[in-house]
Amino acid sequence: MIPSAFAYERVQTVEQAVRALQANPGAKLLAGGHSLIPLMKMRLATPTRLVDISGIRELRGVWKKDDRLVIGALTTHREIATDRVVRTHLPALAEAASRVGDLQVRNRGTIGGNLAHADPSSDLPAVALAFDAVFDVLGPEGMQTVPIDGYFLGPLVTALPENSVITAVSLKLPPSGTRSTYVKYPHPASGYAVVGVAAAARVEPDGVIDFVRVAVTGAGDVPYRAQAVEDALLGQHVSDDLIREAAAHAADDGSISGDLFASEAYRRHLCSVYVERALRKVLSRG
Amino acid sequence: MEATRMTVTVRVNGREYTRAVEPRLLLVHFLRDELGLTGTHIGCDTSQCGACTVLLNGEAVKSCTVLAVQADGAEVTTIEGLGDLSHLHPVQEGFWEKHGLQCGFCTPGVIMTAAGMLAQNPNPTEEEIREGLEGVICRCTGYQNIVRAVQYAAEKMKGAGAETEVAAAGADASAGGDA
Amino acid sequence: MATVFGKAVKRREDPRLITGHGQYTDDVRLPGLLYAAILRSPHAHARIRKIDTSQALRHPGVVAVFTGQDIQGKMGTIPTAWLPPDSGIVTPPHHALAVDRVRYVGDGVAMVIAEDRYTARDALDLIQVEYEVLPAVVDQEAAMQEGAPQLHDEAPGNVAFHWKVGNFDPSAVQDADVVIRQRFRQQRLVPNPMEPRSAVADYNPATGEMTMWLTSQNPHIHRFLLSGILGIPEHKLRIIATDVGGGFGSKIPCYPDEALVGFAAKTLGRPVKWTEDRREHFMATTHGRDHYDDVELYGKKDGTILAIRVRATANMGAYLSTAAPGVPTILFGLIISGPYQIPYAEADVYGVFTNTTPTDAYRGAGRPEATYLLERMVDLFAREIGMDPVEVRRKNLVRAEQFPYNNPMGLTYDSGDYHGALHKALEMAGYAEFRRQQEEARRAGRLVGVGVTTYVEICGLGPSQVAGAVGFQGGLWESAQVRIHPTGKVTVFTGSSPHGQGEETTFAQIVADRLHIPVEDVEIVHGDTARISMGWGTYGSRSTPVGGSAIALATERVIEKAKKIAAHMLEVGEADVEFEEGQFRVKGAPSRQVSLGDVTLQAYLAWNLPPGVEPALEGQAFYDPSNFTYSFGTHICQVEVDRDTGEVKILRYIAVDDCGRVINPMIAEGQVHGGIVQGIGQALWEGAHYDEQGQLVTGTFMDYAMPRAHFFPTFETAFQETPSPHNPLGVKGIGETGTIASTPTVVNAVLDALSPYGVRDIEMPLTPERVWRAMKGAQEA
Repeated sequence: MIPSAFAYERVQTVEQAVRALQANPGAKLLAGGHSLIPLMKMRLATPTRLVDISGIRELRGVWKKDDRLVIGALTTHREIATDRVVRTHLPALAEAASRVGDLQVRNRGTIGGNLAHADPSSDLPAVALAFDAVFDVLGPEGMQTVPIDGYFLGPLVTALPENSVITAVSLKLPPSGTRSTYVKYPHPASGYAVVGVAAAARVEPDGVIDFVRVAVTGAGDVPYRAQAVEDALLGQHVSDDLIREAAAHAADDGSISGDLFASEAYRRHLCSVYVERALRKVLSRG
Repeated sequence: MEATRMTVTVRVNGREYTRAVEPRLLLVHFLRDELGLTGTHIGCDTSQCGACTVLLNGEAVKSCTVLAVQADGAEVTTIEGLGDLSHLHPVQEGFWEKHGLQCGFCTPGVIMTAAGMLAQNPNPTEEEIREGLEGVICRCTGYQNIVRAVQYAAEKMKGAGAETEVAAAGADASAGGDA
Repeated sequence: MATVFGKAVKRREDPRLITGHGQYTDDVRLPGLLYAAILRSPHAHARIRKIDTSQALRHPGVVAVFTGQDIQGKMGTIPTAWLPPDSGIVTPPHHALAVDRVRYVGDGVAMVIAEDRYTARDALDLIQVEYEVLPAVVDQEAAMQEGAPQLHDEAPGNVAFHWKVGNFDPSAVQDADVVIRQRFRQQRLVPNPMEPRSAVADYNPATGEMTMWLTSQNPHIHRFLLSGILGIPEHKLRIIATDVGGGFGSKIPCYPDEALVGFAAKTLGRPVKWTEDRREHFMATTHGRDHYDDVELYGKKDGTILAIRVRATANMGAYLSTAAPGVPTILFGLIISGPYQIPYAEADVYGVFTNTTPTDAYRGAGRPEATYLLERMVDLFAREIGMDPVEVRRKNLVRAEQFPYNNPMGLTYDSGDYHGALHKALEMAGYAEFRRQQEEARRAGRLVGVGVTTYVEICGLGPSQVAGAVGFQGGLWESAQVRIHPTGKVTVFTGSSPHGQGEETTFAQIVADRLHIPVEDVEIVHGDTARISMGWGTYGSRSTPVGGSAIALATERVIEKAKKIAAHMLEVGEADVEFEEGQFRVKGAPSRQVSLGDVTLQAYLAWNLPPGVEPALEGQAFYDPSNFTYSFGTHICQVEVDRDTGEVKILRYIAVDDCGRVINPMIAEGQVHGGIVQGIGQALWEGAHYDEQGQLVTGTFMDYAMPRAHFFPTFETAFQETPSPHNPLGVKGIGETGTIASTPTVVNAVLDALSPYGVRDIEMPLTPERVWRAMKGAQEA
């Protein structure tokens, strides 16, 4: 497995990266390379030039800014999974990052690369959807923001503007007292999510759910917010029955698809099972 | 298309190598074909099997999914540089003591993965070890003795303290080419 | 010196392998080395209309391009070397590169030779092939239907062979109270040793000598076959396969690709290397299993099994690979009565061509298929008559006093204590206690189950006379040469060809034990036809019982000769000398002694040898066993099924294996671990799947699920030792037992867990969806 030939340049600034993309149709960005290089080895991707942004220091790191958690695009899965700020404020993100690929992949793969690649079975999209991610993007027209809503257009297709570079992803922190989690049913071969669920919820002292987010990845062509589940829960009193009934709507908002390993019907079923499991984790104590 | 060769300088097992390479040259082929360090193996095409795992700046990575040009200026440790027979790394020793290998083909990658794992988590539980080995495939051993080998190494490294930190700069000049 | 036989000696192989200094085939580097890449058919069945290689040839760095037309008449076809008798077997020509027709996705169409790997790969994209796509058939039963696409003119109805064996007689089952009928699917598996196949060929036109480094389990067989294919006399052809990264059967066959590498090196006069990538391995390296088995079991209400019959259709793929026809016939049919006293048995087997990758031996080869259907049937029978499955087994197992035991197919099981192994495993597993817990768990809504397998394995292949009788086109003896050097160090040359089994260590233990010398003083040489006179290789769990026995005999011959010299030195008759603790001693006067070292030196100095004794000290043996040998044991697995998702969790796995005397318990245990995992891989995760067009849907590690470390608990293993009576070591094979036993053990455990639902069968692999559907189907029914 050998990629076809390409030119390579390493850039020091995001501006240089944008200019390189503009100047070279057929060029692609290279960060950790763990999404792109496997495709290139199969010759399913044949970029003529790789623009290596991995050396741009300022694209790495995690920080809190107002009510959002900002993560530099080049921050690796391992850095996110072990980051104290993430673990404290957004455990679902740390859990999801710790489930991406394997130990070696997490050392190398980046959040920006992962979300730009937009594999429909990837773990992070569920968390990004659940917490209203916003991409900071530098393109030919300058800086702009791209919301997660409407970002995933199809498998490996996003609403990212042409010739642009994600510089950071920010996630909205849920109200204090919210619990969050990411649960996953991994494919036994690839490790990708057959179904992955990010869930967050807060329950008021009287048992009423006043904040809830549920998003699902892996089950269909694009990851999705499970709006129907959220609607069934918000403002309701927590109960076993409520959770079960809400989880039954887990697949309502997705366009669920099947494959050799898991048929559409089975995936729909798994959506409910895993949404229910995620909800029990975040709603288990009042 | 014809791509121009690029000069890369990589420090491998403590020794600096400068080579002109095609940008598409995979790090694993750089190590095997350019430097003659054939201890690092290739077992798959899809970043699944981990046979090609090396330490890149101290972290376990799959060298079939890294371009040599990406490693320009970096420090690489391969199985040849982890430890030699007179001074085995505790993970290598564990594999020998606990029969952690059979055909030996996946072994260099598994050892490097384990070394990387222990550097990040010196006291793993059995479950953590098994999870940490998620990125390697061994067809021979059934993994049980690999787990024992990693446990042996963890125990040994605990005893020896910082002294047995990954011998990244281990001076193995014998296996390489010229600088 | 304490004996090293039976000790957990650390492996001699490991120092080089844990430091990166092994030499696998792809590690070989030669001056002027060229690289080959092979263009493979993207279609399962097509006529080749035209191949245009001109653009590839013009590509800088490309040295040559060969097509099927180019090699016609210049190299031989790829042979089939196991021809079961009375089976009407047909072996249509298998060209190294397709000449006018491709018959599976992966069939070789052209080969590029270039200055480096990258250029060779690039040039593949520059070859234009015009195909006329033909209808394809991937399923063996569909291939036998009228009107199915035909693969070979020589094989009407796509039948490659039809073989039948057994003594079944309808009158024998008149007393049967119950007849169980069940159909099983043995799915197709991909061997996937971690080292891909590879070949390096180096030809010297001046001497006519060819050296080939090969990923081989049997270098002498490869030399024999490649000599014919390449037209290089056997004495000018050297095959080297020292470090081989696993095989599991897939490195037995002689493949087109390796032959092509030899052809290219000979034609171009430069060394050539080829290494498959993993995707090629999935497409072009032989697969394993792939049967439909329709089985009948006749029994009585008291648990007695009267007869077992199977009609099997085996998918052979597009061509008959080297050993392939022997796998679903001889290695399967002869053992379907397993470890039980079943007086009547019959196997009726069709081997069928399809537009898929050829199949061949895969760890266990035939015996897992037999054991699977038998163990599944025993459980179904037990369920039918309301008896505990362990009781049924206990009742039918051959008893210790019945050995040697003749099974209905004419095999003679050499020795055994089947009940002993069963008892030990049940104790370890706490079977009775588990059954009680199971009741409680069920009341609590948990689905837990236990599976028990009692198995016997034909291993130690085998007597050559039998090999001939069953159509194996080779011998099944083994060679050994034991050479004591003047300094007392020992080199042993073996025809076995270990590739992970650790025989550099266990064989050294055999010799060190007999010569009373440190194990470090013994070096084992294997995998090089220039250094080893002859060998039949490593497969069929034969290395230790056959190759090891050859070494034991050769060692005895060395001792015999040394004894003659010692007697002469001690000035006594040979009969008065005994060899103890490394000393030749005069019986009754042990203070009069000479050491083996002294004798060895005298043997080489040859200043004063007894009359008729030649100088030097080495012994050779060509050992042909008098029988197969039969390993056996009991495996037990406890599982829990997730009621919501159908996921199977392995709670405990217990294995008691009896492979006769154990030379190195650490290594034997390692073989069991690996075997268990591989067998469970078949039960729960692995499966190669073709779509209707013949495309392999599971063609990478992204979709073909290999067992990983976190899928398993810690296994509990133990050995029982019932020596084989007919080889000098008392040993049997251990390399395949785990794979043979674990597949039915796990499947029966899952079905036991699902017994409240009354589920009879779930097709392997038992993916969560299949298990979930089985539960759902039962609930809805």
